[in-house]
Amino acid sequence: MRSLNFIKTRFFSSPIDAFLTLSISYLIYLTIPPFINWVLIDATFYGETKKDCIDGGACWVFIKIWFTKLLYGLYPSEEIWRINFAFAILIISIVIYKYLNQKLKKYLFLFLVIPFPIFSLVLFSGGVFGLSPVDTREWGGLFLTLVISIFAIIFCFPIGILLAMGRRSNLPVIKYFSIGFIEFWRGVPLITVLFMAGVMFPLLLPSGTNLDKLVRVIIAITLFEAAYMAEVVRGGLQAVGRGQYDASKAIGMGYWKSHIFIILPQALKLVIPGIANTFIALFKDTPLVFVVGLLEILGMVNLAKTNPYWLGMATEGYVFVAFVYWIFCFAMSRYSLSIEKKLKITN
Amino acid sequence: MENIIQLRSVNKWFGEFHVLKDINFSVSEKEKVVICGPSGSGKSTLIRCINRLEEHQKGSIIVDGMTLDENTKNISAIRSEVGMVFQQFNLFPHLSILENCTLAQIWVKKKTKNESEKLAMDYLRKVQIDDQALKFPGQLSGGQQQRAAIARALCMEPKIMLFDEPTSALDPEMIKEVLDVMVDLAKGGMTMCVVTHEMGFAKEVADRVVFMDEGNIVEEKKTSDFFENPENERTKLFLSQIL
Amino acid sequence: MSFLQNKIEKFDQYLSDHPKVKFFLPQALLVVFLFIIIGYLSFNASSNLAARGIDTGFSFLNKKASFDIQFSMIEFDSSMTYGRAYLVGLLNTILVSVIGIIFATIIGFFFGILRLSTNPLASGLATCYIETLRNISLLLQIFFWYFAVLRLLPSAENSLVLFNFVYANIKGIYIPRFVWTNLSFFIYGIIFTIFFIIIFNKYASILREKTGKHLPKFLISIGLLIIIPSFVVLTFGVSLEFSHPKLEVNMGISNYIGGVSIIPELIALAFALSLYTSTFIAENVRAGILGIDKGQKEAAASIGLTKTQILKLIVIPQALRIIIPPTTNQYLNLTKNSSLAAAIAYPDIVLVFAGTALMQTGRAIEIVTITMLTYLTLSILISIFMNWYNKKVALTEK
Repeated sequence: MRSLNFIKTRFFSSPIDAFLTLSISYLIYLTIPPFINWVLIDATFYGETKKDCIDGGACWVFIKIWFTKLLYGLYPSEEIWRINFAFAILIISIVIYKYLNQKLKKYLFLFLVIPFPIFSLVLFSGGVFGLSPVDTREWGGLFLTLVISIFAIIFCFPIGILLAMGRRSNLPVIKYFSIGFIEFWRGVPLITVLFMAGVMFPLLLPSGTNLDKLVRVIIAITLFEAAYMAEVVRGGLQAVGRGQYDASKAIGMGYWKSHIFIILPQALKLVIPGIANTFIALFKDTPLVFVVGLLEILGMVNLAKTNPYWLGMATEGYVFVAFVYWIFCFAMSRYSLSIEKKLKITN
Repeated sequence: MENIIQLRSVNKWFGEFHVLKDINFSVSEKEKVVICGPSGSGKSTLIRCINRLEEHQKGSIIVDGMTLDENTKNISAIRSEVGMVFQQFNLFPHLSILENCTLAQIWVKKKTKNESEKLAMDYLRKVQIDDQALKFPGQLSGGQQQRAAIARALCMEPKIMLFDEPTSALDPEMIKEVLDVMVDLAKGGMTMCVVTHEMGFAKEVADRVVFMDEGNIVEEKKTSDFFENPENERTKLFLSQIL
Repeated sequence: MSFLQNKIEKFDQYLSDHPKVKFFLPQALLVVFLFIIIGYLSFNASSNLAARGIDTGFSFLNKKASFDIQFSMIEFDSSMTYGRAYLVGLLNTILVSVIGIIFATIIGFFFGILRLSTNPLASGLATCYIETLRNISLLLQIFFWYFAVLRLLPSAENSLVLFNFVYANIKGIYIPRFVWTNLSFFIYGIIFTIFFIIIFNKYASILREKTGKHLPKFLISIGLLIIIPSFVVLTFGVSLEFSHPKLEVNMGISNYIGGVSIIPELIALAFALSLYTSTFIAENVRAGILGIDKGQKEAAASIGLTKTQILKLIVIPQALRIIIPPTTNQYLNLTKNSSLAAAIAYPDIVLVFAGTALMQTGRAIEIVTITMLTYLTLSILISIFMNWYNKKVALTEK
């Protein structure tokens, strides 16, 4: 009786509600069972070629066969351990980070931000210490997605902070330069920025120099994201409030000292969710690097689906990539939400 | 005297929580009643039931001869006879003070703009903020906002005024200006139900004081009796803490 | 650390002792730095271009483009100029953005409100929709609609027919073209009706202010909108016929001729842009509605306003104030995101200009600059509107 009443009040409290309940139930009935059939029940998981797949279900054999390429691109298979090694270090560091004390946390963080990226870049590209060189043209898949987004976010961070401080500066040249820079990059779509990296950058460098395509792309994305980062940091600087500025001035601190030791640490703490959101947006935008011919995970699917042996596998490929993107982005946005909530409680 | 508000064994639950337990309560015309009690005692819920911002689940409430229940069609007729002032003022931030006061006159009472503005200015003058009429709520101090909220309620020319802790959200220096307006209103003969902790106000204007605790009316007496010889232990304790 | 701290302290001390240095030095450094960078880059550019024998300037805009564009709102063929091609691309960008903005707004409001429903099924569906689509790369969604869904449509001979007048096949969607007689009368009639309704609404407001009489504005407006145009149609002999698309076989290739064709690229792009952006708008709508204090509705009820009046006079005006600024931002994002058109070869400004035209002329610097400036102008126009709007709202609130 009680549960019946519950159903009535929650699902059928008004004619509109009843209509919604019925039509949504019908929609679920129409879509979910066929989808589950396609993804699981009628799907083919075992086999080596397209011929092993049954019509009417998903052909996950396609993903299985192409899995390594989707993750690592065309990176030589005997060298893939390098990528695994670097990402293993990254994941282990993130896992143990929680259990460290303040001082070790600081060191680990510094390690992850400065020496580690350089180390991994050397490792990935090789050519030293007896590692065979791997051309960036062979980088691809999810690996490339992560390289581009992680490096761009690390590089854009300091530039973003300087721009945010510049925009709040009372030196007119610096202030208006910062405003102009920020608004320019925020006003144009990323794809045009990548076009710029692809076709305009080479013309702007001395003839004969051949800057690697991936480097050009990372520079372009860094400049682009720095503008967004600057606005996020500026929000934090504004939120820190007049009182902190006055207090640090009162104890005789100058501009740089008060910013580095008092204001920025507080401001950056406040904007962690904003930084996470910027990273999510950047992560979702990385497939655009196809315009300069780099193939990250979505690009690899597009390559795979045009393979003559695997025609007609677009849906499987896209569903798989969508799933990967969704997992990453959803996890990160939940993480940023949880920090946001924590910050709200402490304030 | 006739009872303008009449509650008979009113019960209300918030989920499992029994907020009002068999409340019997009445107010006669032109009477001023102060309701006090610790927080969570149900006093706000009680007066919110009187203009049906909250629905009661058992018992009967009759306001000015009209019974409040699910079948009440003329809720807005009752509400325009019962003015209410909130703790948080609740002025409409997107309208000027004057527009706050004319809105319901125009849309509920179907008055012309001129008429309603004239009446609004009269009441704004009475609460002494007629010079702020064209400003927006955000530009006024808390005390001024609360006085504007009182004027907004008065513009509907209600028979009864309900006050839900009207001074609790105010800075100490602003409490007096609001209480002064309320005292004037009381002297003008308005029927008033006031939930407040301002015992000075209660002593000055109330005919009767009601003390509530845990959803019950614990004590209900003429004002002088209430302060001079409270009977119930909880009332005594409450008074000793608040005075 | 303390060593570093010391250095910074000394630096700060020096700056505060020399206010002139503090003011001029950083600015001078920045100016010099910019000069060097710009000088260096333009020197490289000019020597590179000279070496490749490409001349510079914008004169190429008047040259013959000699390429075709698959879809254009204005007349275009390969004998026309690059300037004209730019215009075609720009118009196509604006077309898909406007379509996207309209649908994103409608869908966004729908799901934003649905997410606040007390019905768990409804709010659950809205949450699923929002959380799924906003967390998947937009480009992937465009590919999905274009390569996975629209490619499932049958060939022209076996077109899907909806309601007997919409034909969907792998080459696009075909709908009847309107063929009017005396169309101008009808248009004048519509303009007159709109004018009349505006005047009537003004009159109704004045009547309300002067006499307190409330006319049913909405109903009368709808009535006028039906009556006047039908009167015009009947008296001036306006008629409308449909030119249905017909299947024609030409050299073994069958196609629909005669109707209005909507190319699949436009459909996929508009679909993906509206669905993706609608999730962000839905969140704005939800925040806007939740942002209104419960006390506002209670106060409005306590002075006797009815539920509809509370919605119309209190909730919507306040919610819009919260919703409009971030939503304008989403419109801006949608417009910028429409540049992903290039990925499925919808002829927007990026594909036509930064793609084909650049490939043919090799004028990378000019073309990328023009393209970026175009988007920049669109962005600035939208943000000027936004600032104007925010100021207006701020004025009435403070």
